[in-house]
Amino acid sequence: MTGGAAQGCAGPDMAAWRGILDRLCPMHVLLDARGYIIHAGPTLRKLRPGAPLAGGRFLDRFDLRRPRAVMSMADLMAASGVKLHLRFRDPPATGLKGVLMPLPGGQGAIVNLSFGISILDAVRDYRLTSGDFAATDLAIEMLYLVEAKSAAMEASRLLNQRLQGARIAAEEQAFTDTLTGLKNRRAMDHVLGRVIATQMPFAVMHVDLDFFKAVNDRLGHAAGDHVLQEVARIMIDATRRGKDTVARTGGDEFVILFEGLTDRAALDRVAGRIIGELEKPIRFDGHVCRVSASCGTALSSDYERPVAARIMADADTALYASKWRGRACHTFFSPDLPLPSPPSPQG
Amino acid sequence: MHGMINRAIQGFVTDTYGPERWARMACAAGLGFTDFEAMLVYDVALTPRILNAVCGDLEKPGDEVLEDIGTYLVSHPNAEAVRRLLRFGGVDFVEFLHSLDDLPDRARLAVPNLDLPELELHERAPDRFSLTLRWSLDGFGHVMMGALRTLADDYGALVLLDHQDTEDGREMIDITLIETGFAEGRDFDLGARAG
Repeated sequence: MTGGAAQGCAGPDMAAWRGILDRLCPMHVLLDARGYIIHAGPTLRKLRPGAPLAGGRFLDRFDLRRPRAVMSMADLMAASGVKLHLRFRDPPATGLKGVLMPLPGGQGAIVNLSFGISILDAVRDYRLTSGDFAATDLAIEMLYLVEAKSAAMEASRLLNQRLQGARIAAEEQAFTDTLTGLKNRRAMDHVLGRVIATQMPFAVMHVDLDFFKAVNDRLGHAAGDHVLQEVARIMIDATRRGKDTVARTGGDEFVILFEGLTDRAALDRVAGRIIGELEKPIRFDGHVCRVSASCGTALSSDYERPVAARIMADADTALYASKWRGRACHTFFSPDLPLPSPPSPQG
Repeated sequence: MHGMINRAIQGFVTDTYGPERWARMACAAGLGFTDFEAMLVYDVALTPRILNAVCGDLEKPGDEVLEDIGTYLVSHPNAEAVRRLLRFGGVDFVEFLHSLDDLPDRARLAVPNLDLPELELHERAPDRFSLTLRWSLDGFGHVMMGALRTLADDYGALVLLDHQDTEDGREMIDITLIETGFAEGRDFDLGARAG
């Protein structure tokens, strides 16, 4: 009796109920007791304009991914109230989520569907508009948020990219002597530390210009700067590119780090070449500048465990020995050399 | 002030008058740099300073420049994201107007430290609205004037706007809706994301 009453109630009002459901749940489907689609909400109809859903069997149109092994209407009804994961069987196989609730009196069921995470693709694939979503649906807010966040992320990404570029440029500058393009003391400390850590043999040569102060005093700083740039070029030319590190560590002081080289004769030849080239007159603005250089070298092979500060100080001691010997020469460090004691005679 | 605001001013000048013109204004304002970063925060005082420089260089009154900025923000292809995000507010112009109350909160969802003017819409009659604005920066009402005028076009609506300063330091815009379906308007495709 009660079943008949429900049916009597639902019958004449069915059109009214559909109108209400179309508005509240524009993606619902109404199933009959056998699992066939009687009616689909307006948004769902818009998704399959060429293949109307009404009249087809629900499980033939939709592939139920979860729960699995749902083959019949009875299986479907058993999954009532449970979250369903499904997708269209025909392309585009848009993913959907939904929930089924049986109609009273065993007259079938209503399945309400939603896009879930596939909303971004769906909006594009089906050209959906705000009107396709229920007024209470958060889809539009979600789309808004995705778009706003993407714009903000893009702005952040660009900022990070520019900051990264600026950081690299700043680091490059901080390791480079801007006047000569050589490495600076910071870079030299860095490279020396690395070479020591790898336990590779190496030599450190200190080069100090002679008579440079006279050039500066007589012809001015522009001439001095030009000489320093020429000196840098000469040292780069006399050393092995990519292997040796040439740094300007003070006004007219330079340090060359020879990686993997401790051969005294070879190092002596390099020093000789640098001194020889440096002594050639350097022209600047119609004037001739003449400088020379003194060199001192310490070899890692002379130490059981090379320490950066120790080896740098010893190369300096060797350099001062060259100055004492009358400049324009090269000396290897040995423990019997006198310690540098500034001021030297007639610096 | 959030960099997005300053960046919008820069975008307006650069896209309308060219980068050289902007560089000149940045110099006149004594910025010490040329490009604002959208995602950095700047001293509040910088914004009026750069606006002064823009008005001086363009030889236009402030109200006019601000209204031009508003128009630029919702119509220039380089600012398409702004237009799209505003159009998400409603399917027609009236619904859009009602969404303005939520605008600062919506903006904060995407950029938490972005401080936008407080907007309050009052419906005087079905075709008459008044929008009051309050912000740290004076004159934003004129930016809103330009944006509203252009968005009305975008929705295909015909409106009359009137700007006035109220006594308590707020700005107010009177909006009279003459026709909602005046013209075709511009298409708004939910799925077409601004590049």
